[in-house]
Order: sequence, then structure tokens, then C-alpha cells
Amino acid sequence: MVVAIAIVHVRDLFTASMLFAIYSLISAGLFVVLDAGDVALTEAAVGAGISTLLFLATLTMVDRREAPPNSSARHHWLALAVVGITGAFLVYATLDLPEFGDATSPAQAHVGSQYIASTYDDMGIPNMVAAVLASYRSIDTLGEGFVILTAGLAVYALLSVPATRRRRRNGMGHRHE
Amino acid sequence: MAWGIAMSDNKILRIVARFLIPLIMLFALYIQFHGEYSPGGGFQAGVVFAAAWILFVLIFGLDLGLEVIPERAMFVLMVLGVMLYCAVGLLNVAQGGLFLDFSTLLADPKAAQQAGIITVELGIGITVATVVMLIFTMFARRKREQDGTDEDAP
Repeated sequence: MVVAIAIVHVRDLFTASMLFAIYSLISAGLFVVLDAGDVALTEAAVGAGISTLLFLATLTMVDRREAPPNSSARHHWLALAVVGITGAFLVYATLDLPEFGDATSPAQAHVGSQYIASTYDDMGIPNMVAAVLASYRSIDTLGEGFVILTAGLAVYALLSVPATRRRRRNGMGHRHE
Repeated sequence: MAWGIAMSDNKILRIVARFLIPLIMLFALYIQFHGEYSPGGGFQAGVVFAAAWILFVLIFGLDLGLEVIPERAMFVLMVLGVMLYCAVGLLNVAQGGLFLDFSTLLADPKAAQQAGIITVELGIGITVATVVMLIFTMFARRKREQDGTDEDAP
């Protein structure tokens, strides 16, 4: 929470990306406390590792400082009101959520218990997360694979265009004017 | 000009990296193939493996990194990973089972499920690793192009 507020406040983008990494690492620690090793590992590797690297890679190309807010005198009361009301609704919605660790909550009572009961008999492996991801919910994971492939192709399509071309086109536009 | 040329002059960094990179890759393979027994799996393993390669690029430069894993190999592997996943599913169908229901792969149903999970996770791992590497390569190259044009411009 403190780190999140610091991220919003800090104007130096390099510091902000470092704080993001710290935030991810703290979340990973929280997941470990909650006994969710798989999620913790993903958060540590992707959140604290790769996203920070990509932030830094972007930062080498753009200005390190965030642009100062152009209208510091005029506060955006409407935006504050929208955020406040949405936040209040979200807090109100959490009152309806089941108690933490409640065995009768929908998340526990639906297919989860069936997976827990039958994973070892079906697969003979102790890690239920792997069993659910790769076998019971195999087609979902296949979809995820395609999402990642598409993301890679999209980044390639965007960044493989030479950087000089855009500049040249701008120059031509100026000449027309 | 190139990514991390200055860093490669630092002897401490070079030696520590030379020591660390094989360990990170070994850990990635451990996460990959031990995923059924401990936390982990293809996705995490792919990311960790790519991180090892990125560390190599940061210290020894992009050109050397691309010599280890050429860009063309990344393209081929990232499609092959998903294709491997699909191929396991289609193999099931060909053997008379359901798509991605691994029970037809081997005679013993438990062993069949495990074989299916390992193959599928391998496919995911290959795709994730190569996509992350590719994205990083594109960023690094764009940076170099930008520097190149800045030098030409004035």
C-alpha cells in the first residue's frame, strides 16, 4: 500500500519501475504466506523480473522524467468523485464476499473439491495446480499459449518497422505545409 | 551504441554473470520438468529461461546473444511450442480419444496423463521463453536504431 502510493507520487520513472518491482516482490511474498507457491513464482518471475526489464528497456528510449502536470492549479473534482464513488461501491461489494478461507464459498464448493479428490487417482502427481492447468483445463491453457504467441507477433509487427521512417514522413508533411 | 557495451567492461559483472547464467538456466529446467511435484510449470520456466538469456544480452551485448539464439530460431520455436501443444491434442484424437484428453497416449492412464502434462508444459515453456526473448530483442534493436539515427541526424 505504501509502495503503491509512492509509485503514484514519484515523478522519476526509473524510481517508479524499481518500486513496481518491489511491489511485485511483496505480492509474491504475500502469495507464499497464503501457500500459493505457483502464483508466487509467477509473480516473482513475471512481475518483478520481466516486466521491470521491459520497463527499463522502454525507459532507455524515452525521457526519464515524467512530464509535469500541465494544469496543477485546477483540480479534477469530477475525476476524484468518480474514483471515490467507484471505490465506495467496491468496498460495499466486498461485504458480500464470503469469509476468507470459508469452505462453503462458491470458489471452494464448485469443481474445486472434485479436482482435489480425484487428482492423485487420475494422474498420480501431487501438484494439483499443474494437473488442473495442463490436464483438466488443458484447452484453456492452449488458448493462453495462443495469446502469448499473438502478443509476441503483435510486438514484432509494431517494432519491426524502422524507426527512421516515421520521422521522414513527418518531414515530408511539413514540406507540404 | 549497442545495448550494454559499457557493462561488459566490468569484470565483476562478467564473472558473476558467467557463474549465474548456467544456474538460472538449470533452475528454469528444474521448474519445467519438476512442475508436477513442486510449484512451477511451463510458463514460469519459460520466463526464467528467457531472463537468463536477457542477463546474457545485458552483459555481453545483443549481437552475441543473437549468435546464441538467432532471431529466426525464436520465430520457429515460438510457433513450434504452440504446435507441439496442438499436436498432442490431435494425437489424442487420432488415437480415438478426445482432444487434449491424454488418457490414450500410453497404456497406463496415470503415466499417460503425466506424459501429456509434461509435453504440453514443454510446449508452453518454449513458446513463453522465445516470445519474451523476441520482445526484448525488438526493444533492444529499436533502441540501437534510435541511437544510430540520432548520430546521423546532426
